Amino acid sequence: MSVMKRLSMIFKSKANKALDKMEDPRETLDYSYQRQLELLQKVRRGVADVATSRKRVELQITGLEKTAQRYEDQGRKALSVGREDLAREALQRRSNLQAQMADLKVQHDNLQAEEEKLTTASQRLQAKVDAFRTKKETIKATYTAAEAQTRINEAFSGISEEMGDVGLAIQRAEDKTAQMQARAGAIDELLASGALDDFTGTRGDDIQAELDRMGGGMDVELELARMKAELGQGPAPRSAIEQGQQQAQPQPQQHGQSNTQQLRQPGEGA
Amino acid sequence: MIVRIMGEGQVQISAEDIAVLNELDNELEAAIEVGDEPVFRTKLHALLDKVRQVGKALPDDSLEPSELILPPADASIEEVREMLGDQGLIPG
Repeated sequence: MSVMKRLSMIFKSKANKALDKMEDPRETLDYSYQRQLELLQKVRRGVADVATSRKRVELQITGLEKTAQRYEDQGRKALSVGREDLAREALQRRSNLQAQMADLKVQHDNLQAEEEKLTTASQRLQAKVDAFRTKKETIKATYTAAEAQTRINEAFSGISEEMGDVGLAIQRAEDKTAQMQARAGAIDELLASGALDDFTGTRGDDIQAELDRMGGGMDVELELARMKAELGQGPAPRSAIEQGQQQAQPQPQQHGQSNTQQLRQPGEGA
Repeated sequence: MIVRIMGEGQVQISAEDIAVLNELDNELEAAIEVGDEPVFRTKLHALLDKVRQVGKALPDDSLEPSELILPPADASIEEVREMLGDQGLIPG
C-alpha cells in the first residue's frame, strides 16, 4: 500500500504530534475545537474569494463578448461601404478576442468546480465539527485518563484528518484563485487600454474612426435619397449629392443659421 | 477498512477489495517514480474509480480515522510528490 499507506502515515503522525503537545487530553480537545472553528471560517472565506473571482471572470467574458459584437458590426458596415480591408481587420480582431474568451471560459469553469468542491468540503467539515463538539463534551464529562484516551485519540484523529484534507483543499483553491486574479488583473488593464487584441498598443477604435469618417458623407447621401423619394422628387440631382458629400467642409453659410433665419418672424431681432 | 479520497470524503471498503487496490496503488507509485504524468493521471483515476465503485460513503458527521488516504483526483504528480515528502502539503 505504498502511496495510500504513506499518505495516511503522514496524516497520523501530524495528529499524534498535536496530541502529544498537551499533557491533559481535555485541553487538547478544547484547543482542537477552537482550531476547527477557525478553519471553518477560513473555508467560508475561501468559498467567498473563489466566488468573487468567478464573478469577475464572468464580467470580463461579458465585456469581451460586447467588444467582439462591435467588431462584427464594424466588419459588416465596412463591407457595406466597399471597404473589404477594414472588414478583414475588424474580423481579425474579433477572432483574436474569441481566443481570449475561450481561454477565460476554461478559467471560469475551473473556478466554478473549485467553488463547488470547497462548498461541499465546508458542509462536510461543519457536520464533523458539530459531531466533534458533542463527543468532546461527553468525553470531558466522563473523563478518566484510562477510559477516555482511546476515544479521544479516535475522535481527534478523525477530525484532524478532515481538517488536513480541507486545509489542503483551501490552499489549492487559494493558489488557483491567486493565479486567476493575476491573469484577470492583466486582462482588465488590457481591456481598459483598448489594447487587448493588439499588443503593439494600437487603439482598437481606429476602424470605427475610419468608418465614421467615411460614414458622414455616405449617411447624408442615403438620407437625402430617402427624403427625395418620400417627397416624390424622383432621383436626387447630382449637385445635391455632391453637397452632401462636402458636409465636413466649411460652408459660407451654416445650415443651422439658414434654418433659423427661415424661422424668424418679421420684426424679430438678430 | 476506511479509505479517504482527499477532497471527497471517506468510504468503507471490504477486505476482499484491498488486493485490487494494492495492485493499482503499486502502478501509481511506479508512475510517480518515473515521473510519467499521463500514466500517473490514468492510474490515479483508475484507483479512485475503483474505490468509489466498491466503497460505501461514510456519513458527513462520522469521526473515524482513515486507514488509507488517496490524493485528490485533480492532483498533479508534483503535488503528490510533495504530499509524500517530509514536509507535505498538509497544514498543521
